[in-house]
Amino acid sequence: MHIPDGFINAGTSIAAGVVSAGGIGAALRRAAREMEDRQAPLAGLVAAFVFAAQMLNFPIAAGTSGHLLGGVLAAVLVGPWAGAICVALVLLVQAIFFADGGLSALGLNVLNMAILGALGGYVVFRVLRDVLPKRRPMVVVAAALAAWASVVLASLAFFAEYAVGGVGGVPLGAVFTAMVGIHALIGVGEAVITALTVSAVMAVRPDLVFGARDLAPGPGAAGPRVALEA
Amino acid sequence: MDRGNLRLFVIGGLIVALGLAFFVSPLASSSPDGLERVAIDQGFAETATDHALAEGPLADYAVKGVEDERISTGLSGAIGVVVTFGVGMVLFGALRAARRRRTRAPTA
Repeated sequence: MHIPDGFINAGTSIAAGVVSAGGIGAALRRAAREMEDRQAPLAGLVAAFVFAAQMLNFPIAAGTSGHLLGGVLAAVLVGPWAGAICVALVLLVQAIFFADGGLSALGLNVLNMAILGALGGYVVFRVLRDVLPKRRPMVVVAAALAAWASVVLASLAFFAEYAVGGVGGVPLGAVFTAMVGIHALIGVGEAVITALTVSAVMAVRPDLVFGARDLAPGPGAAGPRVALEA
Repeated sequence: MDRGNLRLFVIGGLIVALGLAFFVSPLASSSPDGLERVAIDQGFAETATDHALAEGPLADYAVKGVEDERISTGLSGAIGVVVTFGVGMVLFGALRAARRRRTRAPTA
């Protein structure tokens, strides 16, 4: 899902860069207001874990693989704002040190995977949490479904970017079908990895799971709700 | 809050991340990912241009100079985990310090 240099024209890339910079700027301001003492090391760990998990490409079809994007995972564990920063940090490290994801496409990649992936994915997660019964296992179910949706959302975003500024000039209908079709499959892997990781943390330290705070006894019950209000 | 316990959790999580990066990532599928597959099938893969930092010491998840492919991939992943964690701790630590200054909360 990492867009290299050359797929999308400069104007579209710059526009995405401006949107991403604004989004990450807002996330940094929110995090600077809300970052709790124990959340800081946890967010560092989540970023490192997402980096590692993104390396684990799993086969999905003949000659095609997918890997975790991690936006919903990060947002459910440390909150949407810190989660978006985590994924953006991973993308920055990958682009600079690993030549993965074009430098000119960094804004596009941050938009698709950090802003839409973590913030957009968290909105889906919250809606699902509101609809589903208020029980702990439902946190994992909501995270899994939101994780799937976030991958499809990112693929739709790529299609929109390609439709606006794609360099190759290939028929858009085929790109749409192929892109969303493959990522609906990759999203299943995203859902499984997200569910396994969230349930592992829920088993060991449920108090650390941002997206389950409303279920935890004691203070901090207002967390997730408050966090998404502007 | 039990800070010692949190430290233990973070250290344990880091060990898991390092283990995934070093031992598991060399076994990961090297097939094109979803976007690369679409680009190849739909015929726009060749519009990709070379990455400006493609000659970097860790480019393409390999450590320059390490011959063994598995060790090279695993080592690059482990370095990436450490770098990401390090930058993350500095960044999120700064955000936490910003909140502390703002709220002037009494230290526990």
